[in-house]
Amino acid sequence: MDIFAQQVINGLVLGSVYALVALGYTMVYGILGLINFAHGEVVMIGAMIALAVVSALLAASPDMNPFTMILIASAAAILVCVLLAFFMERLAYRPLRKAPRLAPLITAIGISILLQNIAMIIWGRKYKMVPQIFPTETHELFGASITSVQLFIVVISGILMAGLLLVVHFTKLGRAMRATSESQRVAGLMGINVNKIISVTFMIGAALGAVAGILVAGNYSVAHYSMGFMLGLKAFTAAVLGGIGNLGGAVLGGLLLGLIESIGAGYIGALTGGFLGSNYQDVFAFVVLIVVLVFRPTGIMGERVSERA
Amino acid sequence: MVIKRLFACVVSALLMAGCSSDEESKDGRKVVNIGHVGPLTGPQSHLGKDNERGATLAIDEANQSGIVIGGEVIEFRLLSEDDEANPQKGTVVAERLMDANVAGVVGHLNSGTTIPASKIYFDAGVPQVSPSATAIEFTHQGYETAYRVMANDEQQGKVLGDFAVKTLGAKSIAIIDDRSAYGKGLADEFESAVKQAGGAIMTREFTDKTKIDFTAILTTIKGLNPDLIFYGGMDAQAGPMMKQIKNLGVTANFLGGDGIQTRQFTVLSGAEGEGVYASSPGLPLEQMAGGSEFRDKYKQVYREDIQLYAPYAYDATSVMIDAMKRANSVDPATYSPLLRGADFLGVTGRIRFDERGDLKGGSISLYRVTNGVWKYIETFGGGE
Repeated sequence: MDIFAQQVINGLVLGSVYALVALGYTMVYGILGLINFAHGEVVMIGAMIALAVVSALLAASPDMNPFTMILIASAAAILVCVLLAFFMERLAYRPLRKAPRLAPLITAIGISILLQNIAMIIWGRKYKMVPQIFPTETHELFGASITSVQLFIVVISGILMAGLLLVVHFTKLGRAMRATSESQRVAGLMGINVNKIISVTFMIGAALGAVAGILVAGNYSVAHYSMGFMLGLKAFTAAVLGGIGNLGGAVLGGLLLGLIESIGAGYIGALTGGFLGSNYQDVFAFVVLIVVLVFRPTGIMGERVSERA
Repeated sequence: MVIKRLFACVVSALLMAGCSSDEESKDGRKVVNIGHVGPLTGPQSHLGKDNERGATLAIDEANQSGIVIGGEVIEFRLLSEDDEANPQKGTVVAERLMDANVAGVVGHLNSGTTIPASKIYFDAGVPQVSPSATAIEFTHQGYETAYRVMANDEQQGKVLGDFAVKTLGAKSIAIIDDRSAYGKGLADEFESAVKQAGGAIMTREFTDKTKIDFTAILTTIKGLNPDLIFYGGMDAQAGPMMKQIKNLGVTANFLGGDGIQTRQFTVLSGAEGEGVYASSPGLPLEQMAGGSEFRDKYKQVYREDIQLYAPYAYDATSVMIDAMKRANSVDPATYSPLLRGADFLGVTGRIRFDERGDLKGGSISLYRVTNGVWKYIETFGGGE
């Protein structure tokens, strides 16, 4: 087996999920200049809802086709997350849109804690096992092994990200979103319903987050009420690395962060002659982030400094 | 009622400096207080309550047999305190027990609370027998008041190391730990035991409690092709880790400590957890000298099954009372040396202490996941 190829594949799988979650951060930031810290919890809720639906379906009709099952579960999770995002924006962020920048940020952290605790009350403190409804098949790829679920993660993430880029760059809705992010006032004067566009942005981000949650839960076979926190933090880091506010940057940042973490954890011991071990993998990832920000304060693909930043 | 009496005792202790020597029960028996500390509230409350019940059973039995010490019939009473598994709270309740002039303390449950509290007991000269604190430091502070009736992590690490090298025949071993006091401590002991037994440590990798992706470190480990992977940490990480090990096509044996020898591990790891080995201090309940008898008695009194450490709390209390009997005194200074020289046949087995207060020949049992449940394999140590 080729160790390096395996580490690259590990990194790509990890990075695809980061990228998918990072898109949620970066879309909202691009339009509102708000870092929606509750996005990680939306991902967790998506995973939890899908798990609940799959468990219920398994109990009701164990012979159901796994694809039908996962489609129903995903639809339910996406629906719940989209509604959650809609109400979150409507009730928590919209009233604060004209408030000083710190107020919505603190609100976002508050919502994150609130959602975590609600999930803890509903689903308990224990780590929950996610049933494997697809058989685990291992494929050989460039001398490395990749499971069908991991392959699925990379493919689905790729399709969703490409789809989002197409929507943003080639549809009327996308044009309205880009206009709103340029200037809400001018976009409003041009006949764009700014409130609706902001709502839709939140909802698209949440739908992507829900899918990411399902993919993570499916890949690791565990779900927990705190699973969104660290994932959200990493995805936020990825968004900053790629240039927050830039969609392509979020994708690039996510994939890069996944690769850096994976290769860092795998080779940091060998690179430093055993002086630093894999306990420094997070340090390694953040050092890369800092170095990038020193030379490119707007991130790799961030071109303009937003007026609000 | 008990609380009232307790309160009266504490008040009189404050007023007269020492109530245990003066107070008499209704039927003219001399009252001797024994403290118990464990988490009685919070996420570990079921375990704390379990310990309290074990100690209570021992106290009730001693009272029924009408023990005579120093010419007086003794009535033991358990002053049970809640440390919430919180080290700070642990020292507060330890002070409270010292103020109440208890003759000895059974507890605490967690290593994290036991270690800071042990200094308070040592300063007061009151013996402390912990049923379940396994961190090495507890008995290595030079306090002659510190005892435990369970094998420590050093013994567990040694048994695990020997088992890996000698029984499983592993020549090359990779170690992962979660950087926690427990996980790192156990991994360190395991590492030195492996080296002593002639095994080679290929690498030491690290993770932490918030992670669920271990593919990077597991890939590194796969490249080294070890015979065995050891994990010092808890079940919530070990479950997903097992799946990733199998997905990467690693065929090495997997071994862990008591942190993964739980039902939660078998649930989380599913089919991939099959064949995993783990240790746990002590014997399985069915194998203990008085295990089945104790289980029945416990169930009869509390109408519930034993959670975990109740037999150890029972023995911790009994061995203390036994030392008082032999010393013919309830004065800590007088009976403490006899506690050190204890040779007592308890529910969990024979209890003798070494010069540090560790259980002599403490046993460690090994288990293996078979058909989705932990199956007992064998016990190391313990027997003479």
